[in-house]
Amino acid sequence: MSLTAGSAGIKDAVAIVGIGQTAFARNLAEDERTLACRAVLAALDDAGIAPGEVDALASYTMEETDEVELAKAVGFGDLTFFSKVGYGGGGSCATVAHLAGAIASGQATVGVAWRSRKRGSGPRPWTNTAVQLPTPAQWTRPFGLLRPVDEIAMLARRYMHEYGVSRDHLFNVALACRNRANQNPAAVMYERPLTREMYMTSRWISEPLCLYDNCLETDGALACVVVGKERARDCARTPVYVHAAAQGLPAQHHGMVNYWNDDPLTGPAWTAARHLWKHADFTPQDVDVAQIYDAFSALVPLSLEGYGFCARGEGGAFTEQGALEIGGRLPLNTGGGGLSEAYVHGFNLINEGVKQLRGTSTAQVPGAATCLVTAGEGVPTSALLLRS
Amino acid sequence: MLTPVTDTDGAPFWQYAARGELRVQACGDCGELRFPPRPCCPHCRSFAAEWRAVSGRGRVWSYVVPHPPLLPGYAEQAPYNVVVVELEEAPRIRLVGNVVASAGAPLDSVDPARLRIGARVRVVFSGGLPQWVPA
Repeated sequence: MSLTAGSAGIKDAVAIVGIGQTAFARNLAEDERTLACRAVLAALDDAGIAPGEVDALASYTMEETDEVELAKAVGFGDLTFFSKVGYGGGGSCATVAHLAGAIASGQATVGVAWRSRKRGSGPRPWTNTAVQLPTPAQWTRPFGLLRPVDEIAMLARRYMHEYGVSRDHLFNVALACRNRANQNPAAVMYERPLTREMYMTSRWISEPLCLYDNCLETDGALACVVVGKERARDCARTPVYVHAAAQGLPAQHHGMVNYWNDDPLTGPAWTAARHLWKHADFTPQDVDVAQIYDAFSALVPLSLEGYGFCARGEGGAFTEQGALEIGGRLPLNTGGGGLSEAYVHGFNLINEGVKQLRGTSTAQVPGAATCLVTAGEGVPTSALLLRS
Repeated sequence: MLTPVTDTDGAPFWQYAARGELRVQACGDCGELRFPPRPCCPHCRSFAAEWRAVSGRGRVWSYVVPHPPLLPGYAEQAPYNVVVVELEEAPRIRLVGNVVASAGAPLDSVDPARLRIGARVRVVFSGGLPQWVPA
């Protein structure tokens, strides 16, 4: 039997059966390679699968530990599929999607995705002027638009202007993430509550975004294990199925400086979402819990619109009345997210989605059976619909 | 301060800017303006291009006010403004820049509290870079 385009596809064909992570901190002593090995081995141990059975890998192009280094250190067998996805945190969910495609199409049987990063103690990428890309940096950096926060703040200001989105809406996002982190002992901000007073009086980073609109700077590593659905039934853990997956690069998109098309506020989320929902058996209204990429708070209301939880321009209002808290319309980033658990290019959002559908989150949504996980919005992105 | 690291497609923009001219790449066949510059026209796929002079008048589409940590040179002028200006005759063509009090004035020469989305600005040039002054 052969798969034809648009037929069975990857729907529920593979499952995440193992997750692993290191500690998260501003400064971990071990190097990125060692952290990668620890997270990968923890994920395989969680799955009850021996490293020698792994035959597929997927990570980010920004990942420093390459396949050769990882495979020889942890003792993988012969690898028949390995893939790296570009665009920083936009690639997080695509790592799992690439493994799903490889396993569903018979190119491999046991896949590992991972990310290891020392962004807490290492250099800030934007301070490196030696690797300044000629395009599109020539159009932005000379004028002092230097950091990702500056680039996204430009879109955030326009978004707030057009739709009446307020700093209180952005605070709602930051607060929901912080409240969940306060329930998660592994979160960097576990013991650090956030108040509206703290938010409104904090220092600016790039107006209109303040300190608490920005993700953490974290050292840490995470990994997960993906296998086919038959194999998944034999694993120790409750399988979490990849129901749908998509990448998204919209027409005339320009990356984080998406200022040069008809509608800069329609980002990659819209493209990924169209594919995701087209291939899913359920709708945004059926999503029990969401892990939405939050390098910056403003990406969340934009993503809520893009993924269809509300109409265009309503992403700010959606956050009102505790909608993002446990018990609200859409509990958000239940491990604390990039804003308050750890910023490891969004991989912690994938693992938290798995925890929710296993019923083992530190901020468990009762009966959660479906979870949306998204990758970096504002850059070519990716997303997963997970189900138990 | 960072200077533009140009590429083949972008170099003409900076050459014109060095002469005090604001020009935007346009398709040599269908005439559609495009920015940033690129090898061929996404509308008609023609590789013919020309550089069309524009009025240099526009409106602020959005702006940010960066605060440290920033690169040296920028940190000393912070907080300063960075704007995206949409061109009057082609609102989909938007240029990143700074609103300054006059050509060559520092990045922080205009009080950020005076900036508004929709404010009219016009281009001036200093050191090969376009800048914007209140119009």
